[in-house]
Amino acid sequence: MKKLLDNVEQLVDDALEGLIWAFPEYLQRVPGTHVLTRKKAKAEGKVGIVSGGGSGHEPAHGGYVGYGMLDAAVAGEVFTSPTPDQILAGIRAAHHGAGVLLVIKNYTGDVMNFDIAKDLAADEGIETASVIVNDDVAVEDSLYTTGRRGIAGTVFVHKIAGALAESGVNLQAVQNGAQMVIDNVRSMGFALAPCTVPAAGKPTFTLSETEMEMGIGIHGEPGTHRQDIKPARELADFLLERISTDLKLESGSHVACLINGMGATPLIELAVLAKNVGAWLTAKQISKDVVWMGEYMTSLEMAGASVTLLRLSGELNKWLAAPCDTPALRQGVVYDR
Amino acid sequence: MTVEQFSLLWQCFAQRVRQNQGHLDDLDRAIGDGDHGTNLTRGLGNVETLWNQSPDQNLNLQALSKKVGMTLLSTVGGASGALWGSGLMKAAQVFPASSECDDETFVLWMDAFVGNIEERGKAHVGDKTMVDVMRPAVNWLKAIPQDRSLRARLHELQELVQQYSQGTKDLQARRGRASYLGARSIGHVDPGAFSSALWWECLDSVLGG
Ligand SMILES: Nc1ncnc2c1ncn2[C@@H]1O[C@H](COP(=O)(O)OP(=O)(O)OP(=O)(O)O)[C@@H](O)[C@H]1O
Ligand SMILES: [Mg+2]
Repeated sequence: MKKLLDNVEQLVDDALEGLIWAFPEYLQRVPGTHVLTRKKAKAEGKVGIVSGGGSGHEPAHGGYVGYGMLDAAVAGEVFTSPTPDQILAGIRAAHHGAGVLLVIKNYTGDVMNFDIAKDLAADEGIETASVIVNDDVAVEDSLYTTGRRGIAGTVFVHKIAGALAESGVNLQAVQNGAQMVIDNVRSMGFALAPCTVPAAGKPTFTLSETEMEMGIGIHGEPGTHRQDIKPARELADFLLERISTDLKLESGSHVACLINGMGATPLIELAVLAKNVGAWLTAKQISKDVVWMGEYMTSLEMAGASVTLLRLSGELNKWLAAPCDTPALRQGVVYDR
Repeated sequence: MTVEQFSLLWQCFAQRVRQNQGHLDDLDRAIGDGDHGTNLTRGLGNVETLWNQSPDQNLNLQALSKKVGMTLLSTVGGASGALWGSGLMKAAQVFPASSECDDETFVLWMDAFVGNIEERGKAHVGDKTMVDVMRPAVNWLKAIPQDRSLRARLHELQELVQQYSQGTKDLQARRGRASYLGARSIGHVDPGAFSSALWWECLDSVLGG
């Protein structure tokens, strides 16, 4: 294992310090915790947004703390969900008198730890609501299992819930908006090379030169099946067929599209994937109103990508276009420093 | 069960998990994200220091169950931290606020502990989780005539616990991270089931002596 590290056990702590040093006008830490919160707190009376999960998904989640997105991000150990006391610290920091929305990705660990934190917050008289992101179509959706994972589509939830909260609507309305995103967003990803959790020292799986894993999540875990590597066009077609079938996308619909690198994919390769996604959408007469391309929700140094489509309707477009100012995503902001 | 035995139980568990950390991570690598041994070792290390910090704190069973639970809840992380931690914290009320309880109460405590895990994780026996070891083990203890000493019953249980743990190998996971693998989860022992078996092993060595 070759990693840029000082002390493996201090990795998350050191990384949070580095982020705060690099983005001092955006971030600060809730003392004694792994919680990043806004340097300049949101106005009183607006709903707070808390997200979080294991570390290793950078720029998620700390990179999305700032105006128009999150109020606090809770970082667990690498790929391990954060603990309830830490989440509670995030909820406290994000609470400005109007309650807090928790954006949870559908992993057993995250769901349980956030649930316990919600109970703790209730004991303190802080009102919370939560949404569970489950956009990954690779996993079968069944009542009898854990259901689908939450992956890159989460960033659209951060963006839209964040914009709604900034507009001053109440907790219920922010939750409804976030749920509307979840109901209309689907993703799927693949890996060309695995990643190594620093504390573990070895990769979660190994692939030969000609193999790839289809249907991976964002924790370095193996996907739903292994196959021979294919050209970008075939991969794009495969992912989009799965996603659009699940979404029941029809020609004439409008979407926002996220082409997300998993951590070690050269941007030039991501651009090739993007071209093919574009060709598929054009052929199906689906218009893309918004495209994000880059690293939004990674899995350490995994090579691979995911594609996310969000069907746009109602006011989703408006909230997606609203200004935001965070370390990882800035739009529509005029600087006056 | 005395406070002293209960303390030894967790110290034994911490030790056994640490010895098996690599193996637990390997099991989790096959069907999860490879952190189960690391997670539990981290949290149980913190549990161990409870006694180093204040060795003479004369906690009663109820307070200790809460304390160990709180420590695991706040330092393990992941699914197992929430399950072990909240399970212990909620089960604490079954214990008396004294330094000792009878066998029957201890079995009731275990029943509550496992019941909390089932409730929090919504897992049933056969879902390929820690519940596959915990639930049948407690049920077996409850079913065996109570006139036999707990110590003898626990000792006899060990072989079954191994079977429960190994039995997860042939199952397809329906809960937790492993469920995302579908049929690919078959053929591997569940890491949480394996670590749970270590806990029963410790219980036997602490009470059976
Ligand atoms: N819903 C559940 N009910 C009971 N046990 C569960 C459940 N989900 C997972 N487990 C147990 O937890 C074990 C995995 O624990 P681990 O510490 O690796 O957490 P994790 O799932 O990796 O958490 P995270 O996703 O936050 O990293 C599994 O082997 C299984 O026995
Ligand atoms: Mg794990």
